[in-house]
Amino acid sequence: MTLIQVVFVILAVAAIGSAVGVVTSKNIFYSALLLVACLFMVAGFYVLLEAPFLAAVQVLVYVGAIAVLIIFAVMLTESMMSKKARARNDQWWVALVVAICLAAVLLYVVVTATWQVSPAAPPTDAIAALGKALMSTYVLPFEVASVLLLMALVGSIIIAREEKPEEE
Amino acid sequence: MQSIQGILEFIDQIFVNLSFWFSSLLANYLPEWAVTFIMMFATVLVLIVFGLASIIWINIFERKILGRIQDRYGPNRFGPWGLLQCVADMVKLLTKEDITPSRADRLIFNLAAVVPIVPTFMILAVLPFGRGMVATDLSIGFLYIVAVGSLGTIGIFMAGWSSNNKYSILGGMRTVAQMVSYEIPMVLSVVGVILLVGSLSMVSIVEAQGQWRLPFIVLQPLAFVLYFTAAIAEVNRSPFDLPEGESEIVAGYHIEYSGIKFAMFLLAEYVNAFSICAIATTVFLGGWQGPILPSWAWFFLKAYALYFLLIWLRGTLPRLRVDQLMNFAWKTLVPLALANLMVTALVAKLVPQHSLVGAIALLAANLVIIVCIVIVKYPRWKQDKREVVLVSRPPTPQMESS
Repeated sequence: MTLIQVVFVILAVAAIGSAVGVVTSKNIFYSALLLVACLFMVAGFYVLLEAPFLAAVQVLVYVGAIAVLIIFAVMLTESMMSKKARARNDQWWVALVVAICLAAVLLYVVVTATWQVSPAAPPTDAIAALGKALMSTYVLPFEVASVLLLMALVGSIIIAREEKPEEE
Repeated sequence: MQSIQGILEFIDQIFVNLSFWFSSLLANYLPEWAVTFIMMFATVLVLIVFGLASIIWINIFERKILGRIQDRYGPNRFGPWGLLQCVADMVKLLTKEDITPSRADRLIFNLAAVVPIVPTFMILAVLPFGRGMVATDLSIGFLYIVAVGSLGTIGIFMAGWSSNNKYSILGGMRTVAQMVSYEIPMVLSVVGVILLVGSLSMVSIVEAQGQWRLPFIVLQPLAFVLYFTAAIAEVNRSPFDLPEGESEIVAGYHIEYSGIKFAMFLLAEYVNAFSICAIATTVFLGGWQGPILPSWAWFFLKAYALYFLLIWLRGTLPRLRVDQLMNFAWKTLVPLALANLMVTALVAKLVPQHSLVGAIALLAANLVIIVCIVIVKYPRWKQDKREVVLVSRPPTPQMESS
């Protein structure tokens, strides 16, 4: 086993372990923290694949923003903070069916797909190439995504805005 | 003349040569992979020791100057001019009893004291301390700093939650609200500079300022002010120290910590404050570039000058209220940063790169933004026109002394 494989196995075990922890933990705050750990391990995979830009974005967006917002939401939910909060409700078997279906689809794809290994060396200046691609070939999806984000932003402002009493 | 230049060159490169000498010394006895490994380890060790040791002088520097601003002496009992005060404080903190509250979540409580330290030291890895003095020149430099910097929030949050204390939960929540809000103007303000440089690498940012022959603070003064303001809020320093507002929530997220664990939070705070000064130096003040003095001396001179500014602000400004804090971030800093970014993108395309004309155009564009904002934000017609009329008071009746 090469060094990269050893690191991969360590990261994989840690990622899967923390992902299992997210689902099985009784305490919802622990779940949130384990989710942070799991997302961090995924960033580790990107580093291993020599994609530092993706790794940094993974940490910035998923760990720095989304996970923090999840923790924030957990803290603001009153009954969630107590240790008596139930981790599952009566619909657990529906979720189980959906999860098994998803796992089956993913497994099918992973097993049947032919994985191609590119012989090309990793690009040295990936960020500049990525920026150019986003602004030329993929400019339409890029713009659609930004319009979507803008809509979300406007929507959140409208929801959050206080109804001002009529001024005389 | 030649010899003076030679000496200056030697002093400038002294640390780089030291590391070369050390690695060639190791190469005599060890295989190549071992040398690489030991050199990486040594670099990390040097950075961590530097971070830890710098607390000694940063702490005394801060307390002395804060003392002067508040018209008192500051620490002056232990050692000459009180210079050893920090050592005494360390001994005191290390010998204090280590308390874990009985209702606290023991695992996260202990983990939370360590988590904020890690990103703090990770940031030091990409800072160019001098010519050729950078631990690793990542191509994603600034993005790395932003990504790693956002990890500190989780540590503070864990501390606030696990203490099982209402004040510390309030402190933790304030921290998250503040750090999530101020991260946006902080990043947006630097994007203007990155547009001018065309690279995220910290080394390229410093070199680009050499090509312009001007530090970016001249080209992007507004961005510098925005960055510095947002960065102060990001590391929870006064006047944005709401997460630990002593008079409101006692000490916020680290209220239940004592002894060495409390010292860890303090350590993270001081090193963070130094690293935002170091980042501002690199991005806006030309990094290690400067005449005559060796490059690393210039870097530390600029960084500590900015640190002085930080202390000055702390000694001068009162703490903001929570609503003021949020309004300031979303209604002042974010629009300004967006305006700056758009104008910079436009002007940088129109004017020639690395020229005096370009620099003047960028500076003028910045000034136009500032003037526009002042006109919009503080319009003359909204000024309070009421006059203050002094009313003569009836004389107070004198008490008869009996």
